[in-house]
Amino acid sequence: MSHPNTLPPDPADRAELIATLTAALAGCRLLTDAEDTTPYECDGLSAYRRVPLAVALPETEDEVRHILKTCHALRVPVVPRGAGTGLSGGAMPIENGLVLSLARFKHILKVDPVARTATVQPGVRNLAISDAAAPYGLYYAPDPSSQIACTIGGNVAENSGGVHCLKYGLTVNNVLKVRAITMDGEPVEFGSLAPDAPGLDLLGVFIGSEGMFAVVTEVVVRLVPKPQTAQVIMASFDDVARGGDAVAAIIAAGIIPAGLEMMDRACARAVEEFVHAGYDTDAAAILLCESDGTPEEVAEEIARMSAVLEASGATRIRVSQSEAERLKFWSGRKNAFPAAGRLAPDYYCMDGTIPRRHIGTLLTRIAEMEREYRLRCINVFHAGDGNMHPLILFNGNDADEWRRAELFGADILETCVELGGTVTGEHGVGVEKINSMCVQFSPEERDAFFAVKHAFDPSGLLNHDKAIPTRARCAEYGKLHVHHGRLPHPELPRF
Amino acid sequence: MTDTLDAFRDAILQASQDKTPLCLQGGGSKRWYGETPQGEPLDTRAYRGVVAYDPAELVITARCGTPLAEIEATLAEQNQMLAFEPPHFGPDATFGGMVAAGLSGPRRAGAGALRDFILGARLMDGRGQTLSFGGQVMKNVAGYDVARLLAGSLGTLGLILEASLKVLPRPFAEATLRFEMDEATALATLNAWAGQPLPVSANVWHDGVLHLRLSGATAAVAAARDKLGGEKLDDAEAHSFWRALREQAAPFFAARAPEESLWRLALPSSAAPVALPGAQLIEWGGGQRWWRSDADAATVRGLAEAAGGHATLFRGQDRAAGVFTPLPAPLMAIHRKLKAAFDPAGVFNPGRLYAGL
Repeated sequence: MSHPNTLPPDPADRAELIATLTAALAGCRLLTDAEDTTPYECDGLSAYRRVPLAVALPETEDEVRHILKTCHALRVPVVPRGAGTGLSGGAMPIENGLVLSLARFKHILKVDPVARTATVQPGVRNLAISDAAAPYGLYYAPDPSSQIACTIGGNVAENSGGVHCLKYGLTVNNVLKVRAITMDGEPVEFGSLAPDAPGLDLLGVFIGSEGMFAVVTEVVVRLVPKPQTAQVIMASFDDVARGGDAVAAIIAAGIIPAGLEMMDRACARAVEEFVHAGYDTDAAAILLCESDGTPEEVAEEIARMSAVLEASGATRIRVSQSEAERLKFWSGRKNAFPAAGRLAPDYYCMDGTIPRRHIGTLLTRIAEMEREYRLRCINVFHAGDGNMHPLILFNGNDADEWRRAELFGADILETCVELGGTVTGEHGVGVEKINSMCVQFSPEERDAFFAVKHAFDPSGLLNHDKAIPTRARCAEYGKLHVHHGRLPHPELPRF
Repeated sequence: MTDTLDAFRDAILQASQDKTPLCLQGGGSKRWYGETPQGEPLDTRAYRGVVAYDPAELVITARCGTPLAEIEATLAEQNQMLAFEPPHFGPDATFGGMVAAGLSGPRRAGAGALRDFILGARLMDGRGQTLSFGGQVMKNVAGYDVARLLAGSLGTLGLILEASLKVLPRPFAEATLRFEMDEATALATLNAWAGQPLPVSANVWHDGVLHLRLSGATAAVAAARDKLGGEKLDDAEAHSFWRALREQAAPFFAARAPEESLWRLALPSSAAPVALPGAQLIEWGGGQRWWRSDADAATVRGLAEAAGGHATLFRGQDRAAGVFTPLPAPLMAIHRKLKAAFDPAGVFNPGRLYAGL
């Protein structure tokens, strides 16, 4: 399952290819020395690494076209890369491939406060868009946890979400238009500043295509008015399933909270120790429930949500009384990942989504798996949309622990599929979950995905071997794979 | 239902083998939309029924032949709705037809379009295979978002057997306000309001009058009313007003003369007023501008393009210039490959979207 950090079989071929590429791309910033290219060997999922052949850092669209045309002619695969914060290995280099970094495309080209749009280059950070829009009382709504670092180009590739997407939507609901360069170097534009661009919704299928269709060079996003105020409720439950039921009850009461997050006791204890935000460490589950809007709207919604939470058996309810307190309540949730980092040398973050009604079932199954794989797992999730982030704790220096963590992770994802959900809600498939795709999709469906990829990238060179597994790969995985991820001979080492 | 699927498959395989086109059709309520339908009708209405609906999940999954009215009634019982307010264009509209047509109604101004609410779909392709894409959960990035590609595809990629859509609670309160203002003022005002945290769920300007619908928490609607002023419509009157607009039964649409076409100009909301012979009705804060006009297609499309948008010949007889704005060559090439991928024999609604697709 792991992708070893290997050089291609013949170093001479590699040297020759680098020389050819260097000559062809004279004038472009190209990194070819191992000490320069090694920082690009992985993205946010550092367990999977490979040193690229070279890294190109273009600054203009013409340079991007030239690089892509050159690679196309030389049959060199290309992996586009933003900030490298992705959590599924989507930006992991391909063997003998070039990494195309969009880091220098960092300009906000235009903010139009009347039309409420921002035109930006792909290397612009997610939060920088909101900062630029703030003087007009506007912001860009999707807010993945990595928003201070992640780029809009990466968000387009992954269809990133965040904690507010139940109410405000995902990247796909907030991007109006994308300009991109195809693998053969031709510019294309998907979407429109006007509603409903003519023809099939190519923008819709482009967003979330994990950098496999074309290289983004410009994005137009929709900006929305910044809510005047926000308040958050922190509620405790003495039973996780009851917390899950409370989430359903809020929705059933006709409320769409701006954010609805949950964490289990293990996670609450870890974050409380880390940030001291006053989390109830005795509760089996903590629910954070946010309302935003006008002051009148928020007051009404907070009263309504409090009543539902009380009726649902919350053992303790606290409502933030100031902006400082609201941020304090959130600090625990926002620091769940670093807090996990204090509990173990490494953690492995899962990203399955399930129908909300099965949250309790999944948590029970995860508790069983903790015993089976002899690893701890703490749970934090976007309860409002059923997107779970179990964090499996392990020690990466122990090969067996990593192997068990991988199996544990695959088991969680396949349980998500079994419960009617999906293996990834917002992090993407990348290289990480590619085997689990064999479980979620039939061979015919995967063939259809390949055909869609081919429609955008007939050369197949752009970020290939990610996201969609081949039939051969799934056949191989099927041989290894027994229900619940238990391999036939777990004691045997595997390649 | 298995028999129905078998019958669909047989018809599709036969058509693919004979290379004879099929006209996928639900209730036929939007038969007039798009290029002229061709081929042997394949009626989807036998495949009907709600497959799954749990109000607390905010998702409904239904088969293509389910009457749209039935879906909306099911949702209304739980105080929920299809937030994009789809037009029916007749009592026989089906769920599958709604997805295939991809049209959204007045509430799109506040809530988003049909394509924003599609979570998953099951498709029967030209090989008679049943393929599932997306799912029934709010967040799902496993595999390419093919389900979204089907919204508005007019049945050109295959038979949409089933779709899962996100639904929303009905707002706690609504109020419709009426203002008198000219076109330029209305456009400027609507764009300014859209930049403020106001619960605007729909708006329409026609002939010097702007109607604005507010939806949301009771206190939010009340506060917005105080802030904006205007004259409030009686609730029953407001309900019929928006219904008539959604269904294009409003007087503006009914008054179309035989020599006039109904053009839909989709423009950036802040685009300056455009001038054509005829009459205009503006929705979606300036994003959708309907023109009843006898202007020729080149004039209309030229104006739309100059304003940064595109124009669709929504209703009218002379379709020589094409119903939809022609695509740039690179996009058309992608369309052709997608069509060939799902429908290699080219049997599904050929030409309904564009010639050659």
